[in-house]
Amino acid sequence: MPTIEVPKEKWNGKVREITLGATAAEGGTRAKTVTVGGETTLPFLHFEGEIPRPPAIAIEVQDRKPVDWSPVLLEAWGDVTEDVAAWTKAAAEAGADVILLKFSLHDELSPDYARQVLRHVLDATGLPLIVFGPGQADLDNDVLVAVAEEGKGENFVLGVCEDKNYRTIVAAALAHGHLVNARTAMDVNLAKQLNILISDMGLPLERIVMDPTTGALGYGMEYGYSVMERLRLAALQGDGMTQQPMLVTPGEEAWRAKEARAGEGVPQAWGDWAERAINWETLTASTLVESGADIVVLRHPESVKRVRGMIDVLMSKSGVTS
Amino acid sequence: MALSGLEIYKLLPGSSKNPEVKKHANCKECGFPTCLAFAMKLGQKQAVLAQCPYVEEESKAKLEASAAPPIRLITISANGRKLEVGNETVLFRHEKTFYHEPGLFVRVKDTQADAAEVAKAVGEYMVDYVGMNLTMNGVAVEAAGGDFAATVAAVKSACPLPLVLLVEDPAAAEAGLTAAQGTQSLLWAATPDNWEAMAKLAAQYKVPLAVRAAGGDLDALAALAEQVKGAGVEDIVLDPGVRDYDSSLAAFTQLRRLALKHNERNVGYPIIAFAGDDPVLAGQHIAKYAGFVVLDRFSSGTVYPLLVMRANIFTDPQKPIQVKPGIYEINNPKPGDPLMVTTNFSITYFSVANEIESSGIPGWLLVADAEGMSVLTAWAAGKFDAERIAKSVKTTGVAEKLSHQRIVIPGHVAVLMGELEEELPGWEINVGPREAVDLPNFLKMQWG
Ligand code: B12
Ligand code: SF4
Repeated sequence: MPTIEVPKEKWNGKVREITLGATAAEGGTRAKTVTVGGETTLPFLHFEGEIPRPPAIAIEVQDRKPVDWSPVLLEAWGDVTEDVAAWTKAAAEAGADVILLKFSLHDELSPDYARQVLRHVLDATGLPLIVFGPGQADLDNDVLVAVAEEGKGENFVLGVCEDKNYRTIVAAALAHGHLVNARTAMDVNLAKQLNILISDMGLPLERIVMDPTTGALGYGMEYGYSVMERLRLAALQGDGMTQQPMLVTPGEEAWRAKEARAGEGVPQAWGDWAERAINWETLTASTLVESGADIVVLRHPESVKRVRGMIDVLMSKSGVTS
Repeated sequence: MALSGLEIYKLLPGSSKNPEVKKHANCKECGFPTCLAFAMKLGQKQAVLAQCPYVEEESKAKLEASAAPPIRLITISANGRKLEVGNETVLFRHEKTFYHEPGLFVRVKDTQADAAEVAKAVGEYMVDYVGMNLTMNGVAVEAAGGDFAATVAAVKSACPLPLVLLVEDPAAAEAGLTAAQGTQSLLWAATPDNWEAMAKLAAQYKVPLAVRAAGGDLDALAALAEQVKGAGVEDIVLDPGVRDYDSSLAAFTQLRRLALKHNERNVGYPIIAFAGDDPVLAGQHIAKYAGFVVLDRFSSGTVYPLLVMRANIFTDPQKPIQVKPGIYEINNPKPGDPLMVTTNFSITYFSVANEIESSGIPGWLLVADAEGMSVLTAWAAGKFDAERIAKSVKTTGVAEKLSHQRIVIPGHVAVLMGELEEELPGWEINVGPREAVDLPNFLKMQWG
């Protein structure tokens, strides 16, 4: 009988290990911390390297009830979307490892308001946080600088940190003990370059999460997928500036797609609305987990359950053959 | 695996140990000055082996084998609907592209009363995604103790797609193959216990045969493939007998690597995967190396996302799918109807065009040449700026078709408003919504 040798690749690089959150002993107030990274092979190939820990799932909550979310999502969460603390608790119960607090754009948004909201969320959960501004450069700076100070020492991830605003956000992370989420537009070299710019400001690479940007299923997902595969291959081949753990936001992207938002006036072949919408988010997320995501940010509790189910099996090492 | 020029040279007369062959060395009959020159051309696929009359039989076999694709192309068909899988050349799509989309099949059992009904729904299913009609690829009929032949016949007449016959008992398999005659089905599966009989059937009915090992045992799988091949079956499909995420990822990755990078001919075949009723697992199989994916349940809300995912992963990364720039008339617009502008990236164009079309509102859609990029990508790359938009307004002559001078731009590029007013003097620029879903409402409220 022919014997086949298990075809293993030799990698000499390793993804950096990054810890989110800080307990009281570490200068924060979190009940637990979450570490990601540390892989020495491609996603879940336990037969040739170390996958020391599963990718983390973050659930996105917003400071007030989102005006533009799909009814499928709003229905799943129910009343808690009216109150950020209640929503945070529900998200933790739904199985989040990390809570992503996203500020929405409205008139009351101010540094003081942001501090208050942050307090509510910190009080509502012991999980580590990621905090995203509303996505407008000036406001992002105001909000993120304020929350960075308010949550001093909590070691949360500040985002979105891009080439146009990274200086302010990195300075805030440096001053108050946080991490940053470095986002670039689906390009290996841009990702490397932003990591270099940020670390040049003195923020250690152990405090930079890299966000290569994703598109939704059907709306450019494959570009993000391939960029993530290339970044991870580069990391394993020893390119130090690509070894950051990767964070992506498939929830936000997938729920922007018409397939997730529209229930009426769509082709019959699209099938049941909720089924299709949840599959849209789940498949976007699961595909990215398989291409190297270390943190996926999701929106629907059922998607969280399914992605968790998949990750659990992928971490079970049933695929290790002797 | 393709051989290099030097490796080929070692198999040509110039390197032969047999004096009878060696004497032809560099005889130029192949049309090249030396055996080495010919070897180099062969390596670059600029010559064919038959040009040299003196190659030894043994070398010929090696050279022909090395020229064969590392993963064999397998075809199944019915009523002219054909599925081709295999012939992949890379592990990652960015290295070149993935060529043959895996077939998506739905399993029905011969004990299931509605087998033909399900088959009919699978056969009729079609969904439009960016102008492509996506369809399922077939039905997998399982022998589960019912009347297998009758079920195969019923499925075949209800559904025009190719079949996979899931059956391990050779007698039932033969009955199924007879019932499926006229189609080219995939027969699953040969095991260490039944392979001789199954191989005989596959050869007789000229159908591809899947070989199944247990629990991811790739040695056993390769051995079985070799045996079946020895019995005259060339078209083989692999089932390493794994069903969960982790063991499938490991086994399928290993098989792909063995075929592409280790020249392991006995596993140089497409893989069949069973995803149960888990769409996420089916998604993994699509991205990670299956040639056939069998689902246990058919439901539009699940297969639509999977078909889109498959289309995405199998898009050639070198060329974004584009539409032709120009004026598109939607719902027979009149001169007073709205004019909107977008880019020529297929996904962008179709998200906008489909919205307008299904709303029933007549409109003119001006598609600017943005080199196949989405609105924001093109904007960021300088391919969808005020100048380009103005240029397409002017060069397409859209103004002559209209009784107004008013244009709606995508909400995402609201910043272009001022510049566009300068580029198009006399025109009114309206900023539309950010997402196309909101366009019909916008037109109803704002246009008039
Ligand atoms: C896929 C993608 C790419 C792909 C290109 C895909 C392609 N063929 O266009 C690649 C990887 C090549 C790429 C490259 C770049 N990208 Co890019 N990319 C994306 C991504 C992830 C998705 C874009 C997409 O396909 N969307 C789907 C389509 C359907 O959306 P759309 O065209 O906007 O259409 C929608 C609406 O605009 C609306 N609409 C469209 N037309 C009309 C018309 C009217 C009248 C109305 C009312 C509405 C409307 O309807 C559609 C559906 O709702 C986005 C981020 C994101 N998640 O959105 C970044 C993004 C667009 N890219 C960005 C950038 C900066 C770039 C690069 C310049 C950077 C780089 N990597 O070098 C390059 C530029 C390209 C170059 N130089 O060659 C930025 C733009 C930032 C900004 N706001 O300026 C984004 C937003 C990412 C980010 N957050 O930084 N990108
Ligand atoms: S035909 Fe060409 S390759 Fe063959 S022996 Fe003569 S020179 Fe060599």
